[in-house]
Amino acid sequence: MADRVTIILHSGDMDKVYSALIIGNGALAMGMEASIYFTFWGLQRLQKGGLEKGPLSKMHFLGLGKWMIKQRMKKANVASLEKLMADFKELGGRVIACEMTMEIMGLRREDLREDWIDEYGAVGTYIREARESAITLFI
Amino acid sequence: MPEIRVDTGEARCPAVEANIVVDCRGETCPVPLVETRKALRRAAPGDVIEVIGTHPASRKEIPMAVEALGLRLLCVEGTDTDWTIRIQR
Repeated sequence: MADRVTIILHSGDMDKVYSALIIGNGALAMGMEASIYFTFWGLQRLQKGGLEKGPLSKMHFLGLGKWMIKQRMKKANVASLEKLMADFKELGGRVIACEMTMEIMGLRREDLREDWIDEYGAVGTYIREARESAITLFI
Repeated sequence: MPEIRVDTGEARCPAVEANIVVDCRGETCPVPLVETRKALRRAAPGDVIEVIGTHPASRKEIPMAVEALGLRLLCVEGTDTDWTIRIQR
């Protein structure tokens, strides 16, 4: 069993993307390996300029709720998703993009932040890695 | 998997010069932990890294990470909201 965290990020909601990146960074900081599989709505966050664009999972209220939460996060000095992604990559975290979702959503590789993506994969890639992981999460 | 147990009791930080200082004051989860890890990766073996911060949970969690990474925790000083941690790589 490898000292590894494997996360599926199915949601594209801003708060859930935070969860995935915070857990991934925490694992890397504690000396584990970490991978995040971006699939379905989560994959949309890998589109160029898309990382911060997700709605709030609850109380989005056409953007008003998100705006309010953003203000509070700013006050609490919470890092941006861009910084968390940069840290995740710097510490050796792996980003996998789901190819089937790309097909469904009509996304080409050049539509995505290819500089973040280590691999394009499907369920087999996930299972191969997850069966060797100490922790696996579906977000 | 071994349980990670860390004694985060008070210990005065010795007056040795740190090779790297990480100032995380005002930063919140997970930045202090991540910045500590980044500094540890930059450090050479034997280097002393000093982390200063104000985020309460990080005062406990940075020593846990040091333990998990198999490095040496030199000292943890100060209160939950104003602390200094020294680590030797």
